Amino acid sequence: MIRQEALRGDPKRRLGLNHKKKQFEQPQFKQQDYTHRLNFYILPPTLDITLEEFEEWAISRLKVLAELEACAFRNRTPEETASYMQPILAKHLPLAQNSSRSSNLQDERKRDHYSHFILRLAFAATEDLRRRFSRLETQLFKLRFQSDDARERREFVDHLNFEWDKVGEEEKRGLAEELAAVTPFKSKNAGSEEEGWFKVDWEQVPELVEGRKVFLKRGKAYVPVREQTTLVVNEFQRRLDQGLVLTSRALPRLDEDDRLSPILAHLSKSFTAPDAAYSQDSSLSGNDISAANVDALSTHFPACMSHLHSTLRANSHLKHFGRLQYTLFLKGIGLSLPECIAFWRKSFRLITDEKFTKEYLYNIRHAYGDVGGDANRRGRGYTPYSCQKLLTEGMPGPGQTHGCPYRTFSPDNLVGLLQKMGVNDRDLLKTVREDVGRQRYHIACNRVFESAHKNELKKVKDEGTWNAADLDTILHPNTYFKRSFLLKNMGKVQSGDVGMEDPSQ
Amino acid sequence: MPHAISPDPVAEDGILPDAPALGGSSNSSQDASQEDSPQSAPANAEKLNLENMFDDDDEDDTEFPSSSIAPPDSDQPTKSSRINDPEIMKAFYQRLFPFRHLFQWLNHSPSPTNDFANREFAFTLQNDAYLRYQSFPTADLLRKQCVSLNPSRFEIGPVYSTNPRDRKTLRKASAFRPLSKELVFDIDMTDYDEIRTCCSGANICNRCWTFITMAIKVVDEALKEDFGFKHVLWVYSGRRGAHAWVCDKRARDMDDAKRRAVAGYLELLKGGDKSGKKVNVRRPLHPHLERSLAILKEHFQDDILSSQDPWADSEASSNLLKLLPFPDLVSALRKKWDSAPGRSSESKWGDIDTIAKTGVGSSDTYFGKRLLEAKQDIVLEYTYPRLDAEVSKKLNHLLKSPFCVHPGTGRVCVPIDTRRVEEFDPLSVPTVTELLAEIDAWNGDEKREADEEAKKMQDWEKTRLKPYVDYFRGFVAALLKEEKNGKRDRDEEGDPMEF
Repeated sequence: MIRQEALRGDPKRRLGLNHKKKQFEQPQFKQQDYTHRLNFYILPPTLDITLEEFEEWAISRLKVLAELEACAFRNRTPEETASYMQPILAKHLPLAQNSSRSSNLQDERKRDHYSHFILRLAFAATEDLRRRFSRLETQLFKLRFQSDDARERREFVDHLNFEWDKVGEEEKRGLAEELAAVTPFKSKNAGSEEEGWFKVDWEQVPELVEGRKVFLKRGKAYVPVREQTTLVVNEFQRRLDQGLVLTSRALPRLDEDDRLSPILAHLSKSFTAPDAAYSQDSSLSGNDISAANVDALSTHFPACMSHLHSTLRANSHLKHFGRLQYTLFLKGIGLSLPECIAFWRKSFRLITDEKFTKEYLYNIRHAYGDVGGDANRRGRGYTPYSCQKLLTEGMPGPGQTHGCPYRTFSPDNLVGLLQKMGVNDRDLLKTVREDVGRQRYHIACNRVFESAHKNELKKVKDEGTWNAADLDTILHPNTYFKRSFLLKNMGKVQSGDVGMEDPSQ
Repeated sequence: MPHAISPDPVAEDGILPDAPALGGSSNSSQDASQEDSPQSAPANAEKLNLENMFDDDDEDDTEFPSSSIAPPDSDQPTKSSRINDPEIMKAFYQRLFPFRHLFQWLNHSPSPTNDFANREFAFTLQNDAYLRYQSFPTADLLRKQCVSLNPSRFEIGPVYSTNPRDRKTLRKASAFRPLSKELVFDIDMTDYDEIRTCCSGANICNRCWTFITMAIKVVDEALKEDFGFKHVLWVYSGRRGAHAWVCDKRARDMDDAKRRAVAGYLELLKGGDKSGKKVNVRRPLHPHLERSLAILKEHFQDDILSSQDPWADSEASSNLLKLLPFPDLVSALRKKWDSAPGRSSESKWGDIDTIAKTGVGSSDTYFGKRLLEAKQDIVLEYTYPRLDAEVSKKLNHLLKSPFCVHPGTGRVCVPIDTRRVEEFDPLSVPTVTELLAEIDAWNGDEKREADEEAKKMQDWEKTRLKPYVDYFRGFVAALLKEEKNGKRDRDEEGDPMEF
């Protein structure tokens, strides 16, 4: 495998490129040979392909990436994502193991290789696109890496030739206790003795450090072999990020090519984010939403906002993130900026006007996009937080009240909160407990919603006035509010207004 | 090479003569706008008192009487005048603030570099206006700006890719981005309010300061032992907390993801008021937690149980019971404590073991182990550092500079020597008015009049600020030395970007 030998070490040196002569040389690696199923995408392809192939391959990869992103928005677990993605990958971007002895192994891998680099071109232009592309490509790589056959995975990792220090036997014995302490399953008592450990700079594995999953000593992280996925995936992302920056610098030279540019522009446009968060629709225009009747409206709030509201009423204060979450929600239900300021001013009873103006006013205006940088003002401030955002954010610290109560409360306190909101059905509370125990927070929340609006939901279903999309799972606190408000005020609100779209679509 | 950065200790004094003019010129405009005028009457009365006190040592002979820096006939710094009196702050910047050491600390080299020139400073002015994106090529210009703007405090931000003052002239907004900043931590007593019993709100005493002492010990140890950082500067925040600045090059260059990782590694208490038990860690304990627990255990007995007495009344002790996941044990304890009100926390803590030994809950085979773990969790909940983690997670977060004056207390934000962290007493940290009085007292001493050495001395050397500045100077020297070696190593290795 001469090609493989060439892949080791410094990418410049190993190719024996002389930059001065480079432009006159024949490409040395025209026909790449793909020994491994996975690819770190270090070398760009140089073979000719037709324009049709160029577009078709890129689109199928794009489909895969879009589905992958949708999985994240729907809050799927890694296992669910893997099983959901399997048929999609098989259809659009099949990539077989060496062991499969499939005859088009090389073709599949070539497609994978080329489509990756085409999308690189399409998504290198802006920082936003780059970040999104790199995140999704890394996810895809991780998915494939985990599903790879163990032996082939090892061969693949070996050929990449990372410079990871193996922890020697002696050192391992000396640190046996510490290493055992970071090995979660102690039942396999021999854990630290049998398992191999790598010693790397801790900066290479920030997520493992964050979760205290590795032992740290003087800046070195001791990573068990089973966590090497993280190492490999991080390395993949690091190189991809570097590559994307290089690509973006080279992009201007492509402008002259009038065959590729339109295709690339089209590709990146069709990749615009399905903004999971929020659409202007979630506000209730025409209804009286003002500072004075937030109390009345709060009966329609989901648990997260109801909790913030009652805490605010009880303490006349909320900490920063609670304030932010609540302000954005109020913005989402259609409370105007002056009304919102009035609302907070009144709610912070114990604070002087001067302190309010100095410390709180700016943040409210910033959230509405009234002040701040150009981008903030043009984007009309921040988007109200979705369930996805609330569920993936860090847990609140002492004294803080933000986040999703289904996740942050202990089950007993959660039940207490729900009872305060008027949920007393024992069976329901029991199922909510179970859901929460299985970390299905949004399902629990939707269950509470359905129970609270049982009769109204039955009515609209019987009458068929709402279509299926209006009754989809709630994924946004503002959707919760709007739906609740509409259901409870069915007589008063014109049916025309009801035809809302789920903002997550 | 500019004047100010030469190692000659006289250099800073050499600048002083221009100070009166500066102070005087900006004063006329500044004074008018300040709420100084209502102050002047009581201040003058105070001045008379002080002048009587110092009557015997005539100020005409002293080298740098404080009256020479203030405009003539204006109020001399007096102990009881308002701490954020603009004149006092001005005198503080002119005479006491160690700008040169601050410069070297941020510059990482004796001659001015972009590390300092592209660094953001943000001033909070006397009228509470907030001025961001200030930057200065040298220490001297920073000092001049401080004297003329006379901020109540200033903060330090990141080093940017270009000069922060030029940020609006750039064609592309993306060309202006933060590159590096010390990794910082903020520990504030407010986060301890639910567990401290001695004070609340902005107040502190020596008993609750031990929370901060414990936090410093644990975090400092972790940063040095686990992450391998060497240059960690702890600074008293002026009222009720402490800041840490990790200054190693490796720490300064970290991106947000890495900062988040360090903060997450150190953060243990999770969950708001309603989440019940805040410490939920897997066993075996991570080595970092094991070590922290060993440090904290010693404090728990004295500083928490007997000093704070956190579970004295029955409402407070129900908080303790909530943390024990054993219903039988909890009801037995509740019965016992209800019948003996006023039992101390120390006895209550002991009761847990006593009652457990009587066989309550022994049906559980792992009871002993689980009880031990629950008790460890309680120790951690009451002692483990509570960091304001958001501060640490962002590269572009600003933090108040060391040696600023806290506007509420007048105390100087002095560095804390971690080797003697136990001895640090926040209540004995000098205030700005005390320091200025000390200079005058020193200068007033006749014996020093003729001493040539004394004339070369800088004003901070004559005050209680000296040990703190000396410590800071030592810290900066060590950092600079490492920086110099590091640079040479990097140069010798060749292109560091090649891999």
